[in-house]
Amino acid sequence: MQIDLRTVTIKPLRQTFDHIARYLGADKPVSRYLEGSIGIQPKDIFHYRPTWEPEREIFDEGRTKIRMKDWDALKDPRQFYYGAYTSARARQQDTAEANFDFVESRGLVEALPDEVRQAAVALLVPLRHLAWGANMNNAAVCAYAYGGMAAQAAIYQSMDQLGIAQYLTRIGLLLGDVEALSAGKQAWMNDPVWQPLRRYVEDSFVVKDPFELHTVQNLVLDGLLYPLVYDTIVDQIFAARGGAAIAMLTQFMTQWSAETRKWVDATLKAIVTESAENRGIVQAWVDAWLPRAKEALLPVAAIAVSEQAPALLDEVMEGFAQRLAKIGLSA
Amino acid sequence: MDMQVAKKKLGLKEKYQVMTRDLNWTPTYQKMEDIYPYVHYEGIKIHDWDRWEDPFRLTMDAYWKYQAEKEKKLYAIIDAYAQNNGHLNVTDARYINTVKLFLTGVSPLEYMAHRGFAHVGRAFPGPGPRVACLMQSLDEMRHFQTQVHAISNYNKYYNGFHDFRQWHDRVWYLSVPKSFFDDAITAGPFEFMVAIGFSFEYVLTNLLFVPFVSGAAYNGDMGTMAYGFSAQSDEARHMTLGLEVIKFILEQDPDNLPIVQRWIDKWTWRGYRVLTLVAMMMDYMLPKRTMSWKEAWEIYFEENGGALFRDLSRYGIRMPKCAETIRFEKDHLSHQAWCTFYNYTAATAFHTWIPTEDEMQWLSAKYPDSFDKYYRPRWEFWREQAAKGNRFYNTTLPMLCQTCQIPMLFTEPGDPTKICYRETDYKGMKYHFCSDHCKEIFEHEPEKYVQAWLPVHQIYQGNCFPEGTDPSAEGFDPLKAVLQWYNVVHGRDNLDFDGSEDQRNFAAWRAQATRNV
Amino acid sequence: MSTVFIAFQTNEETRPIIEAIVEDNPHARVNEAPAMVKIDADGRLIVKRSSIEERLGREFDLQELHVNLISLSGNIEEDEDQFVLVWKN
Repeated sequence: MQIDLRTVTIKPLRQTFDHIARYLGADKPVSRYLEGSIGIQPKDIFHYRPTWEPEREIFDEGRTKIRMKDWDALKDPRQFYYGAYTSARARQQDTAEANFDFVESRGLVEALPDEVRQAAVALLVPLRHLAWGANMNNAAVCAYAYGGMAAQAAIYQSMDQLGIAQYLTRIGLLLGDVEALSAGKQAWMNDPVWQPLRRYVEDSFVVKDPFELHTVQNLVLDGLLYPLVYDTIVDQIFAARGGAAIAMLTQFMTQWSAETRKWVDATLKAIVTESAENRGIVQAWVDAWLPRAKEALLPVAAIAVSEQAPALLDEVMEGFAQRLAKIGLSA
Repeated sequence: MDMQVAKKKLGLKEKYQVMTRDLNWTPTYQKMEDIYPYVHYEGIKIHDWDRWEDPFRLTMDAYWKYQAEKEKKLYAIIDAYAQNNGHLNVTDARYINTVKLFLTGVSPLEYMAHRGFAHVGRAFPGPGPRVACLMQSLDEMRHFQTQVHAISNYNKYYNGFHDFRQWHDRVWYLSVPKSFFDDAITAGPFEFMVAIGFSFEYVLTNLLFVPFVSGAAYNGDMGTMAYGFSAQSDEARHMTLGLEVIKFILEQDPDNLPIVQRWIDKWTWRGYRVLTLVAMMMDYMLPKRTMSWKEAWEIYFEENGGALFRDLSRYGIRMPKCAETIRFEKDHLSHQAWCTFYNYTAATAFHTWIPTEDEMQWLSAKYPDSFDKYYRPRWEFWREQAAKGNRFYNTTLPMLCQTCQIPMLFTEPGDPTKICYRETDYKGMKYHFCSDHCKEIFEHEPEKYVQAWLPVHQIYQGNCFPEGTDPSAEGFDPLKAVLQWYNVVHGRDNLDFDGSEDQRNFAAWRAQATRNV
Repeated sequence: MSTVFIAFQTNEETRPIIEAIVEDNPHARVNEAPAMVKIDADGRLIVKRSSIEERLGREFDLQELHVNLISLSGNIEEDEDQFVLVWKN
């Protein structure tokens, strides 16, 4: 039986679920983001302790030094729930696909000045490994962070980084073929230029505190890397040298980092405004890792821009210091 | 679009290789055991992670594209269903109770799977399984949220949904699915994969989703059908991951076989016990039935599972030990479960009812060897009593199995008239079990299972009353206090379907919808 | 012999896919359930890209199968041109 019910108005008994109404202090309609994100992680009545970490509960605030009264305060300003997330990324990958098609079909790779093409390969291809490391680190943030808000966005971030590693792989194949990938891996493993950066990444793999890891990877390292490599070197310097086609191939990364920054900043701002203790802890993390990130990125930038690198990095640092100040931190 | 590769034409497999495992490197600045501390303690030996066969070769761009397409379709249906009051199209308001069980019992597990797969994905040093696990972690977020979003509309109009997150933690029968997943996520990463990836996803998930979702379609619930089938489309990837994991572990070292076999025995049983809820849903709760639990078990476990275990026999894997017990129980499981819930429905967040005469005939036909002999007489007796005003609500708390946490309601293998009790002693305490299988699971890891938060014990210890409750006060009503602590609203969320607010509202709204006013 | 199966949602997109599978697998059995079509086959079931493309009149990427796939059983062997489910016993 199919009935036409459109004309019927019936009064709902309630607007949303109780855990959400309790959180918001009122029973009112909420967005899909909030309905799918608030209070979703169990907080108590865990039946067993992890055999892999018996001193902890399954979800345990003790895994981080950060203290929050309300972990759901770590909201994502993009309001990404799964549906909104995939729909945003599907549009971006559509653009990326069109860009790759355009570059390939118009023979724009062949038209690249050789020295720009070589510099792009040397700079971008090893970064696929770095993005892979970021994928793993954000998986750890998702697994071990306390609270559903932070964990949810971390899995999106993790898979975004895998996507970026795959776009960089395609760029490598397009600009240089399979050999470019193995040469890039060789450089990542052995070339002295890349070693401080690889060391930074490998050292981050053993960071246990999920919010330290968030700071080390998403704020500090990516906070310098994306403005330096994509916004400055690719979009400005390569473009000025006749390499605008490369900027088309990295458009995803540029847009992604501008968007993702909003989430990183909002979460860290919520953390450091919570208490002076939190601020001190995050500041100490920044103090410990920022000089290392700077030092590691300098030789990498020099691959593409040689002696210009220190000045460019200073410029990026300036922007990053302003960003930190807005969060409530200092460089 | 799939990743396109210029110049050297790479095959699908090679292309996927450079897009995933070639991204990985062997670290030199930190030790492997410090980066991956959780892969050795279970005793599983992996010699070469590169032997991993990728189940589905989906790169992220293709993933985003196809998943966004699925989401768009799904939310269009969810929106239309809400706008058109689609809930008034279901066969009969009793049906809605199956959706309550799903949201309170299953959806929170999807959330746990999201976190669990992130954990094991991070824990595995092999890039192939890591990518597959992380993709599944992302999918599980999808399943959790699409279920919450779809069922949100039911929550607006019906009782028994409103505090599902808290109920999943606190309510007695929901500790069964909760402890099941807590057990898996607290196990090592390889056991988690065998538990969830293989035993649950591959062997049992078809029993949960396919009959449930077909049942939803059959009963006019297009919203549930949409999220159910849409979730299943990811499940094909997840199942294949589960199968690849098993084959990979077994191919790596012969020493892995006994460990894996024990896990398969354990998790098939643990998962099957959780599916008790599905059994009663299929046989008693769907107003319009698709197939019986017994038929579903025969198709999806005996037939498909049989093929699977024959296939795995080349590694030395045999059918799970519990298959024989289950073969016997399939004539009884749903009946024993629904009888128990009928008894205890004063303390549940859904309604129960006595099957109608038509439904009893269906049950007789589907269960010729058991229903008329053992269960029909009970229903007829309870029906008679209810008609005389003696509706029986059991208010004595049942003994729970220490492992699966289900009340002791199952019968002896071979004797459906005798409740099965097993017990064991551990460090001077006695522990009770519903079956030999649950007892054996406990005895292998007693230090784990003694930690279980058993709802009945917790109530008796006074841990399940609202703060400030004085159990020694005169006229103290423990059931009332427990329901308050649960936030199950007495008279709205619980008790019989007959006379419930759900029943009244549905009838009134449907009348309004089919009449000209 | 062991049975493999594949199940799809019943809709306009899957109709040509199911037709193609049925033609390429004469030994297959089609079961219609509410909103779902389940195809069982002894031992082996093949899904050919070319057969689907013939019916669709456009290019088809086998990964598009995922959009309407409900479930399957069997070991998967997959390349650009075909998707095979098989039990090796």
